[in-house]
Amino acid sequence: MADKVLDAKGLNCPLPILKAKKALKDVPDGGTLEILSTDPGSVADFQAFCRTTGNELLESGEDGGVYTFLIKKTA
Amino acid sequence: MSEENNGGNGINPNSMSIIVTKGSLDWAYPPFILSTTAAALGLDVTMFFTFYGLPLLFKKLHLKITSLGNPAMKMPMMGGHMGMPNLLSAIPGVDAGASVMMKNLMKKKGVASIEDLRELAVEADVRLIACQMTLDLFEYTRDDMIDGVELGGAATWVEIAAKSHINLFI
Repeated sequence: MADKVLDAKGLNCPLPILKAKKALKDVPDGGTLEILSTDPGSVADFQAFCRTTGNELLESGEDGGVYTFLIKKTA
Repeated sequence: MSEENNGGNGINPNSMSIIVTKGSLDWAYPPFILSTTAAALGLDVTMFFTFYGLPLLFKKLHLKITSLGNPAMKMPMMGGHMGMPNLLSAIPGVDAGASVMMKNLMKKKGVASIEDLRELAVEADVRLIACQMTLDLFEYTRDDMIDGVELGGAATWVEIAAKSHINLFI
């Protein structure tokens, strides 16, 4: 179970990333943030976000058009 | 050569500057999308607003699109895509109608408004600089703009750009 869940379904680029960045502020160091998105572009974008910010992308998946990402706050 | 430049070029690897020169609805998106995203990725971002980009800093925005000089513009319509000939723009109300259509489409597709992106940019400490010469030229004042805007000129941007890793002109 993630420390915080962000529902970014229905939002388009760059809102899922911007909201995730904000949501991470409420996650303790070492904690996790789960993000739900319907934007197919967010798959590549969350990888780039994590590589650039130094946070860890633990899991990503897709089910019925909803993409899920689990990010560990390490930065 | 200043002290801080000794042994390095003084460039902050995590920094970006954008010159914003256009203020129509469609052209307002790239600079605000990139600035907010870069800030979210941890970059120090500066936006320099000049000429027709300057009104994007006004308190109240009235952004419009036009088909004029925009031959690639096609709007989704009834399952297809409708071209927007230049001539259409000459008919009163067409640009206003197309602007409303575009805004509705953006809302439907979950695209943020420019007002929202601008607010996010301010929250993310993106530095907003208004071109002083443009203010004078078009007879605007500091009071026309939102709070937190700095005033500056070409040298202000050049100083920032010389230390920025990414510099864009939009």
